[in-house]
Amino acid sequence: MSADTMPGPLSAVPLRPRSVARRRVVDRLVTSLAWLAAAFGVFIMGWIVVTVVGRGIGAINWAFFTQSPPAGADLGGGLGPCIVGTIVLTGFAAVIGIPIGFFGAVYLSEFGRTGRIATAIRTITNVVLGVPSIIAGLFAYAILVKPLHHYSGFAGSVALAFIMLPVMTRAAEDVLNLVPNELRESALAMGAPRWRATLGVIVRSARAGLITSTILAVVRVAGETAPLLFTALSSPYWLNGLFGPSGFFGGPVANLTKTIYDYSTSPYQHLQQLAWGGALVIIVAVLGTNVLVRLVFQRGK
Amino acid sequence: MRTREADIAGASGGGRAGARLRRSHLKLADPAFRWLTILCAAAVALAMIALTGVLVGNSWLAITKLGLKPLHTVAWAPSIGSYGALSSLFGTFVTTLIAMVIAVPLALAVALLLVELVHPVLSRVIGTTIEMLAAIPSIIFGMWGIFVVVPILQKVEPWIQSTPLGRLGLFSGPPIGIGILPAGIILALMVLPFITAVSRDVLGMVPTVVKEAGFGMGSTTFEVTRRISFRYALSGIAGAVFLGLGRALGETMAVAFLLGGVFDRLPHSLLDQGTSISATIALQFGEATKPLDVSALIELGLILFLITMVFQLVAQVWLARARRMTGSRA
Repeated sequence: MSADTMPGPLSAVPLRPRSVARRRVVDRLVTSLAWLAAAFGVFIMGWIVVTVVGRGIGAINWAFFTQSPPAGADLGGGLGPCIVGTIVLTGFAAVIGIPIGFFGAVYLSEFGRTGRIATAIRTITNVVLGVPSIIAGLFAYAILVKPLHHYSGFAGSVALAFIMLPVMTRAAEDVLNLVPNELRESALAMGAPRWRATLGVIVRSARAGLITSTILAVVRVAGETAPLLFTALSSPYWLNGLFGPSGFFGGPVANLTKTIYDYSTSPYQHLQQLAWGGALVIIVAVLGTNVLVRLVFQRGK
Repeated sequence: MRTREADIAGASGGGRAGARLRRSHLKLADPAFRWLTILCAAAVALAMIALTGVLVGNSWLAITKLGLKPLHTVAWAPSIGSYGALSSLFGTFVTTLIAMVIAVPLALAVALLLVELVHPVLSRVIGTTIEMLAAIPSIIFGMWGIFVVVPILQKVEPWIQSTPLGRLGLFSGPPIGIGILPAGIILALMVLPFITAVSRDVLGMVPTVVKEAGFGMGSTTFEVTRRISFRYALSGIAGAVFLGLGRALGETMAVAFLLGGVFDRLPHSLLDQGTSISATIALQFGEATKPLDVSALIELGLILFLITMVFQLVAQVWLARARRMTGSRA
């Protein structure tokens, strides 16, 4: 156990002489392996993007964004309703998850700090961060689908919010922790009440980081499929109203990820093509946002 | 510079407003704000408690009706009244094991490169690119696996079978590409960015003085990394590995695509098909008609939840230890 907590004691280093040439060769070898590993990671990343773009670009046209999925084996059609549905599901999840996550982060960084409650909540947040997304889906199914006897977009949004909440809390807390203490002290010294100092000074000075956290937390769930399998399900129809059979609260809501899942394993070539088109839309949205946000907000760091 | 001026302006604005508010006897605003933040912070804990309660409550029917039977039954076949969890548990653990065997050495090698071997600018570019792997949705990994990795494996697997490795039994069976092996490979790629990012951070926390002492004794970079940095950062790296493990255990979509969905027996080899807990839930939920079917699936979810919780907690303990050791708040 002592080896875990302390850099190795001297006795762990063998004192017998070793050939310098051999040590240098080993070092070179490990260095090249490290380069190889990194190159492999970057290569895989590129390969996935190239595959999705290459296979998906053919599906992208005006109809793809404006039309409904084709019925049965019909050709043509698009994923219009699915794109709208994914945006609505993710947006509503953000309405639930972002404010709660944000104020939770304010508590952890401004009030709780290193207190026992804050430490406990921080640990729980980290654990929730690791809860498999399919479990979030089961949760929403059990509380919103099973008792009401119908699938709904709302249940899907709740499942997504469950995943978004800890992501937002952790990210926002990290950002708020970067605000120098002098700023807090000067705001309070000028007579500002705590809430005003927090929202007007601390949050304002951490604005860029908080916007980054918010965007990344929202985008993080946009590509999720597993939480929607038993909640929002999917549907070929446009989202229509709130409580009707194709409304947000009333029935299954079309979304990109579940549709991609269904179509990519379809025997029909044109449905597979639509699935790759959908994959392209998601990857452009998710990766594009990630890259843009980093470029715009994190340049100075 | 501009931001600092804005901060100062903000601060004085806050001060003026503060004075004005105190005069108007808005004394409740501060405690109210404090309570709002406490409630929001507690929401995560409440959600966690609710989740546990709901999972237990909804799997109660299966727990009371089936008892411990699922834990020593292999086949998941509700139509004949067999609710075995072993096929799922086995698949989950084997695919996770393969993923860790591949991902941990890769991640450590990349972390070593990022911290010790390359210019900080290049390190950030490579690091960010590999981090982006984590942003790719699971379902796209699954599609990529099915349409790109599986065809490659269909060519490679017969070749492996023709080498001495093929006689081990690990690679027996028809080489159809879909199965345990591709699922493990894709999982490895999915957890790679998580393990890399955390390992890089903990390796970066090793004090320079300690490393310089090693270099001063004439050690090579690899020797310093292996004998000093890795040891110093061991608890953090353990945390990173458990974090990756927890992720791999619960991954759903990619694995559901690649495992082949064989629910009624254990796989014979790495090339055979199987299932995992999450894949069984994802693939069988639509076919669950009786209340007991649904309840048994939610019980599977409860098992998965408990397993991942344990690994997450272990990861948190190790990471907290690493943080204490280096005295950082990261």
